[in-house]
Amino acid sequence: MEDFLLLETIEKYLSNQMDAQEKAAFELVRKNTPEIDQMVVEHAMFLQQINEYSAIKSIKQTLTQTHQNLLERGEISNSENVSSSAKIVQLFHKYKRVASIAASIGGVIALFISGLALYLSPVSHSNQIQQLSNDIAAIKKSQQYQGKLINEVKSKLPAGVKFISGGSGFLIDAKGFIVTNAHVIKGTGTIVVDNTGKEYVAEIALLDKEKDLAILKINDADFTSKKSLPYSIRKSTTDLGEEIFTLGYPRNEIVYGTGYLSARSGYEGDSLSYQLQMSANPGNSGAPVFDNAGEVIGVLSTREAQLEGVVFALKSNNIYKVVNDYNASNDGGKDIKISTRSNISRMSRKNQIATLESCVYYVKSFDK
Amino acid sequence: MKATSNEQALLKGLASNDSAIIEQLYKENFSTIQAFILANNGSYDDARDVFQEAMIALYEKAQSGSFVLTCQIKTYIYSVCRRLWLKKLQQLGRYAQPVDNLEETIAVEDDLEQHAKHDAAFAIMDRALKSLGEPCKSLLEGYYLQKMDMQALASEFGYTNADNAKNQKYKCLMRLKKLFFAQYNIGE
Repeated sequence: MEDFLLLETIEKYLSNQMDAQEKAAFELVRKNTPEIDQMVVEHAMFLQQINEYSAIKSIKQTLTQTHQNLLERGEISNSENVSSSAKIVQLFHKYKRVASIAASIGGVIALFISGLALYLSPVSHSNQIQQLSNDIAAIKKSQQYQGKLINEVKSKLPAGVKFISGGSGFLIDAKGFIVTNAHVIKGTGTIVVDNTGKEYVAEIALLDKEKDLAILKINDADFTSKKSLPYSIRKSTTDLGEEIFTLGYPRNEIVYGTGYLSARSGYEGDSLSYQLQMSANPGNSGAPVFDNAGEVIGVLSTREAQLEGVVFALKSNNIYKVVNDYNASNDGGKDIKISTRSNISRMSRKNQIATLESCVYYVKSFDK
Repeated sequence: MKATSNEQALLKGLASNDSAIIEQLYKENFSTIQAFILANNGSYDDARDVFQEAMIALYEKAQSGSFVLTCQIKTYIYSVCRRLWLKKLQQLGRYAQPVDNLEETIAVEDDLEQHAKHDAAFAIMDRALKSLGEPCKSLLEGYYLQKMDMQALASEFGYTNADNAKNQKYKCLMRLKKLFFAQYNIGE
């Protein structure tokens, strides 16, 4: 109880609420008792700290609020592709008119010349890049294995369906959400096969042909969702030369491949993709690309047809974009939550693969 | 470059937590920082965090009355953000040779050292308050942060009178001080 009183007195003293007589008396006590003097100093310091804390806390609130306000009014952008700085914006406003006139003249000339070039040039080669999905109808897999699969599938699917495309996919949410390429899904229904050969029916939750990404949701009573995923998905871009590896299904069995990141943009400067140096085959489409720490940095999607080992992968931040689209359009259902922590970063590669294997699926798309 | 009187006014506004001025500073500077971070392996979230931390560092400087800015606010914020982000990249073990947008920078290492100290004290106080539990946390926040008087606090928390609330407050305060100084001394 005495401690309280002492503290109260000190606080009163420090906040100048004492009258002159009281103050003089207290200062005398303070002078004669080193312990009390020390307590006063300590408390003054504490009060300063808590005031500073209070001030910084409120400025943090103001900053968060300001950010929100500006974002809502569109005065700042939350896009990942801002390349202009404020200075450039100013220049832009200043020279907008001149620039637009110049641009339109340039545009007309460019159109004219490219039209001319098109008219005069020989017919160009088609198919410079090749999507890596499996055209199942075209690729004859071993008769025996296919027979076995179809028997198994019959129990889950309506009769008379025909597989028309396939590729790989991987979990982005332990609840059973899988990401793959949109071009893997050519049919109207899908099933996914895990690394042990078990099949699950999946529905197409979202198809974004522009970004070439699709989200599937496993909709099967046999599927038991995992507790959490061992890997995270990177939001930022990756450095040139980063060593990478992938797991996918160019055949009926999971296949591991390695390589490195060779360019920050994809085919003909496509800024949504990376260029990778690695070997990939039809069926690898939709496979995850991991960095050494086991973080997903991209989705394998296409390769250059004429050059061996030049492969393109969609950057992983596109996954966040389609997931946001899905969550925005999905009212009532469960939102997708992407894990941001990778817990396999310190493992050896073999252990990483053993952990990741069960999260990568063989995706097959069928039509009635 | 010497700070103009207009810039001094902005700093004063920041120091007094004036939301209109903070908004102006935000609007004028955020996109430059965003462009810098995005060009250097960062994301939008990184840009927001780094920018807000720089604003807090500037706020701390503006708070100490003697502070006179020796360059434009824009340059100061850019320099702080650049330093903070390079440090972060280094911690992540990632490539850290920045693409500069030909912006001038000034040395801010000493200021950032100061800021790191403030930041550590803030974190300790935050942890101490959080581990205090209720109703102590809200009571002390009400008194020291929202500056409510004892009478208002008593009625808000349902104490029968201000004296009881005051007793409770001092009990809580002693626990908070103990928690705070247990870590703060180590930090110093």
